[in-house]
Amino acid sequence: MPVEKQDSNSDFCISFQNNEILYNTIYMSVLVNKYSRVLVQGFTGKEGTFHAEQMISYGTNVIGGVTPGKGGSVHLDRPVFNTVEQAVKAAGANVSIIFAPPFAAADAIMEAADAGIELVICITEGIPTKDMMMAKEYLKGSKTRLIGPNCPGVITPGEAKVGIMPGFIHTPGTIGIVSRSGTLTYEAVSQITSAGLGQTTCIGIGGDPIIGTTTKEAVELLMNDPATEGIIMIGEIGGGMEAEAAYWIKENGTKPVVGFIAGQTAPPGRRMGHAGAIVGGAADTAAAKMAIMTECGIHVVTSPADMGSTMVKALRKELA
Amino acid sequence: MNIHEYQAKEILKKYGVRIQEGILAHTPEEAVAAAETLKKDYNSAFAVIKAQIHAGGRGKGGGVKVAKNLDDVRQKATEIIGMQLVTPQTGPEGKKVHKVLVCQDVYYAGPNPDKEYYLSILLDRATGQNIIMASTEGGMDIEEVAEHTPEKIFVEHIDTRVGLQPFQANKIAFALGLDGNARKEMVKFITALYAAYVDIDASMFEINPVLKTGDDRILAVDAKVDIDDNALYRHPDLAALRDLNEEDPLEIEAGENHLNYVKLDGNVGCMVNGAGLAMATMDVIKLSGGEPANFLDVGGGANAQTVEAGFRIILKDPNVKAIFINVFGGIVRCDRVANGVVEAYKNIGTINVPIIVRLQGTNAEEGAKIINESGLKVFSAVKLTDAAQLVKEKLIEIGAA
Repeated sequence: MPVEKQDSNSDFCISFQNNEILYNTIYMSVLVNKYSRVLVQGFTGKEGTFHAEQMISYGTNVIGGVTPGKGGSVHLDRPVFNTVEQAVKAAGANVSIIFAPPFAAADAIMEAADAGIELVICITEGIPTKDMMMAKEYLKGSKTRLIGPNCPGVITPGEAKVGIMPGFIHTPGTIGIVSRSGTLTYEAVSQITSAGLGQTTCIGIGGDPIIGTTTKEAVELLMNDPATEGIIMIGEIGGGMEAEAAYWIKENGTKPVVGFIAGQTAPPGRRMGHAGAIVGGAADTAAAKMAIMTECGIHVVTSPADMGSTMVKALRKELA
Repeated sequence: MNIHEYQAKEILKKYGVRIQEGILAHTPEEAVAAAETLKKDYNSAFAVIKAQIHAGGRGKGGGVKVAKNLDDVRQKATEIIGMQLVTPQTGPEGKKVHKVLVCQDVYYAGPNPDKEYYLSILLDRATGQNIIMASTEGGMDIEEVAEHTPEKIFVEHIDTRVGLQPFQANKIAFALGLDGNARKEMVKFITALYAAYVDIDASMFEINPVLKTGDDRILAVDAKVDIDDNALYRHPDLAALRDLNEEDPLEIEAGENHLNYVKLDGNVGCMVNGAGLAMATMDVIKLSGGEPANFLDVGGGANAQTVEAGFRIILKDPNVKAIFINVFGGIVRCDRVANGVVEAYKNIGTINVPIIVRLQGTNAEEGAKIINESGLKVFSAVKLTDAAQLVKEKLIEIGAA
């Protein structure tokens, strides 16, 4: 084995092993928490810089970032590494958030997986489908979980914000939220906060045709989280993910789930902003998904204005 | 991105996919010349005149005609060029035909009967892999085949890492009931087709029909090709194939202003930040008694300029009777959006439809204050339920609900 070159960033290499033990054994929460050691890929770019600052001021444990060619420098008082592998070795990163441009983002996902990052959250919008197909294959069999791409990220209120969502609308609480969209998730968050319930973890899974973690997988994480008492599941036209999640909930659900599908008025065959939001066959219309979800015991709302109030009723067992 | 049949066929031919040959014509004279050339080069008895628009079902609307001689070519090309072609996919207003593809006759008699097949390549979202779909029911709508005779559709998943393997092309050819030389030709056809699909970053290929000719050749009679918009940056030659004639002028204008706009048929315009919230806002409009006139996502940068551009585009649609602006300010501050709305309103001058503005998130109260104190015919709300109620009231007031 070649001798590891002493990294100029070794000052930052604090005793992260202890935290990791805590993270893996004691602490219960979904995907991210205050022990997450977050690395920012695309750290020194405009987007990366802005959102890293926002995450740091929220209290997220951002341990540094990666920008190839800028390794050894310091940005936002944190070390910059040339590769994810270096960041993992020197600073113990276990979560990464990607702001790389579309042409480089699939590569950034694979690099993070190769370096053994457990959770990769890809914010980038506009990655070519062919590149994502490759990245998805690359992740098969690895221990890395991917969230996104084209997503707002993940937040566990009061602990860690690993994403681009406005932190202040969230409040720690008991409701988990899974969604394919950004601002529509904020809408749900805001309603839940107004209702006095707060959130355990909000997972923005992304609006692309190929994403890492599916609706069903995200729902499963929240269903297994003891702190979560209810789940809001927000879908949209296109694809079969909501139906898959609904059937899983029917078999395994132990908590009330409130559902909404955006795009009830979307015409077939037209792409509505998200690359994944296009009505193809009869089964991926909003109406078809809502019918399946209702059949599986989910409290489906037709208006997005009713997500919060319906969750309150569901928790009080006021709904059939 | 959608492209025309003639462009799709040129691409396929480059990759070694056999096609029904054709020559593009913009005038009846060019069509006659094209038919003469096809007769000389391919000994084609008839000529097929096909309207080139971005919509399927052209034959049903009278956009595809067979011409028996050169006079007939001139007459049929004259009928088709310039016509407003209505097909099941164009909507009732149809699409104007600017050009036709004059094609060789491939349904000639041969030692064996000819037969049409269906082939498509697309992404299977459930597995994240490409699939090839094949059917013996060529020339039919695949949706109908799927509904009535799903057993006649054969699907093959393609491993992303190794791509299409010869055994898979063979499986498809056998599933279509082919043997002998026709089977070998089909394997070649499928192999070349898949290579083209991957290489050009396509998001959909639909070849319907694929024809087995009387002399056992396999060729694409039609070709529908969609290209992944996100990958166009690495295919400048393909990006150049975009035909603005085929797009809605308002959608083009929106694109130039970095707005994501889709024109719809309703009476309430909307402007929203974020695609999911935009779709949800359209749903709120419907539930409030209106019909959405558009999808419009202003993205992360809702400022005075984007709001003004959005206003101008929405107001160009004569059906719009009210406008609903729904912005959830995260990074975008609501007071800035509110100032943008007021500024844009003043720049435009008179807006004769009620505007409902719902600003929620960062500085929402300040935003509402700016709107309420502007003295403009703009109504504000913070909660989505209140905004929905406002939309409903205004629609009833103006008699549009």
